[in-house]
Amino acid sequence: MTPMTPMTPTAPMTLTATSPLEEVTRPQVEDLLYLEAELLDDWELDSWLTLYTDDAHYEIPCTDDPGGTGQTSLMLIHDNRMRMASRVERLNSRKAHREYPHSNLRHLVTNVRLHGVVDGELKVRASFLVNRCRAGRETTYTGRFDYRLVLQDDALRIRYKRVTLDMTSLRPASDVAVIL
Amino acid sequence: MTLLEERPSPTLGTGSRCVDEDRAGMRFRVHRDAMTSEEVFREEIEKIFAHTWLYVGHESEIPGPGDYVRRPVAGRPLFMVRGAKSGRVNVFHNTCTHRGAVVCRQDKGTSKVFQCFYHAWTFDSEGKLVGVPGKDAYDDRLDMDALGLGRVAKVESYRGFVFCSFDQDIVDLPTYLAGAREYLDLVVDAMDGDVQIVPGTNQYGMQANWKLLVENSIDGYHAASTHDTYFKYLVSLGTDLSIGVKGVTKDLGNGHAVLEYLAPWGRPVARWEPNFGEEAKPEIEALRQRLVDKHGPERAGQMCDVNRNMLIYPNLIINDIMAVTVRTFMPTSPTSMEITAWEAAPGDEQPEVRQRRLDSFLTFLGPGGFATPDDIEALESCQQGFASGGIEWNDISRGMNREPEATDEEQMRAFWRRWSEQMDGAR
Repeated sequence: MTPMTPMTPTAPMTLTATSPLEEVTRPQVEDLLYLEAELLDDWELDSWLTLYTDDAHYEIPCTDDPGGTGQTSLMLIHDNRMRMASRVERLNSRKAHREYPHSNLRHLVTNVRLHGVVDGELKVRASFLVNRCRAGRETTYTGRFDYRLVLQDDALRIRYKRVTLDMTSLRPASDVAVIL
Repeated sequence: MTLLEERPSPTLGTGSRCVDEDRAGMRFRVHRDAMTSEEVFREEIEKIFAHTWLYVGHESEIPGPGDYVRRPVAGRPLFMVRGAKSGRVNVFHNTCTHRGAVVCRQDKGTSKVFQCFYHAWTFDSEGKLVGVPGKDAYDDRLDMDALGLGRVAKVESYRGFVFCSFDQDIVDLPTYLAGAREYLDLVVDAMDGDVQIVPGTNQYGMQANWKLLVENSIDGYHAASTHDTYFKYLVSLGTDLSIGVKGVTKDLGNGHAVLEYLAPWGRPVARWEPNFGEEAKPEIEALRQRLVDKHGPERAGQMCDVNRNMLIYPNLIINDIMAVTVRTFMPTSPTSMEITAWEAAPGDEQPEVRQRRLDSFLTFLGPGGFATPDDIEALESCQQGFASGGIEWNDISRGMNREPEATDEEQMRAFWRRWSEQMDGAR
């Protein structure tokens, strides 16, 4: 599967060649976010990566430093595209012990709002709740997603995703070994 | 619970019952009750955590007058504040001397006073009671001096690392640190004495006994097997791992221990790896040269090329590896703990070097790193295994037949020997 083709028949991501980023509608953005949620829930991580541009970033600040950036703060996750790919490779192996066997995941994405185009990127904010069930234990992650989306070869792609957790610590969640 | 039936003699203390060392037979065993028993856990709170120096925080976290951070130490809510008048580091029990409510209600900040919101008793940053509404109700008999905030019995700082103890009679901190001092010095001197705690804290937990994390944090034996995916990641980036994990483990006295080994991976100060990029080479070389000029080639080599996983007994880890992490943890039950970890860095670091250091930390360490989640899984798995029963003892004998190497377990035995002494009643 290449990034250029629609991911699934139910994912109308391809826009017309002339449509600028300003004309992207909330349903189109929601389709992308729901597709991402589905791929993560289904552990289709190689496909998940194709939703991101080659210069993408994925990051999660620490619970006590929600405004932190990877330049000056210790983060929980601060992945460039290369580390995103390494993360996927690790999770696909049988030796990421915390995630072998994989958790049952359910990403719920809601309250999606478009916040305009800035510097050629469409800013999007959403709320999420991710349930992670594994070995008799159930953990919930909740918080907000901040995305920056771009149009690449007529398709909407993610250049940046920041996950701000509402939890004040990772107790009892323990870790963020799964992709939120 | 099989402890009572198993004990060789009813006169033995919990330490001797749980830690069984046979030097001649080169066998060292720890009874799994040490990790599962409620009774042992309660004894640890009284015998270990009430009679050791415990890490509170770093002075760099509270540089200015009135700067404060809240800290749970041994399960007790405390706060550390720099006195606005004295400039000294105060560590207080976080409870109003009137009726008990916590007086410091934010995790960090700056304040000249701490006012209890319940009845508005007000304390200054030196702990002095400075305000009581409606004082006329006490005539003149309210002893404001005696009603200051409770100071933790002992507070001392070693090169910026602040420790406290609930034991008024404990030995001074430098004596307590014993052989761990020179290793702390190495970490601090490699940062030119200017150690800063980076913003952002890893606050996580796991369902495992706290002593399993003591062992794991200084365990060289598990690296290759547990962290295969991390090493694959390094290899994919061009790091040469052929040198392996070569080094030694040492008992530093008083339960402290260190695992020292040549770094197969890069270190921000100052060992280059392909992951850092070619452009970083001259910069890393300059950092190394500066340390060589200042400390001579041997000590500079120790700072740049050698990893240190250090335990400061009972529950502080300072790992100077692909980054420097300061990690402390506290049991909440025999089978669970809360962990808090920070990253330390030199204060004057160039932005590019800082960025590399931050990223280097994350590749291995932390709840979202490529290794720490697997350690959590390993320790929880041990704890689940203990519940299975059938086997009573853990074996910690590795390397008793030789000068202990990096994959041996002498550093863990150092911890267990001191734990055993204290659990038998030694202070």
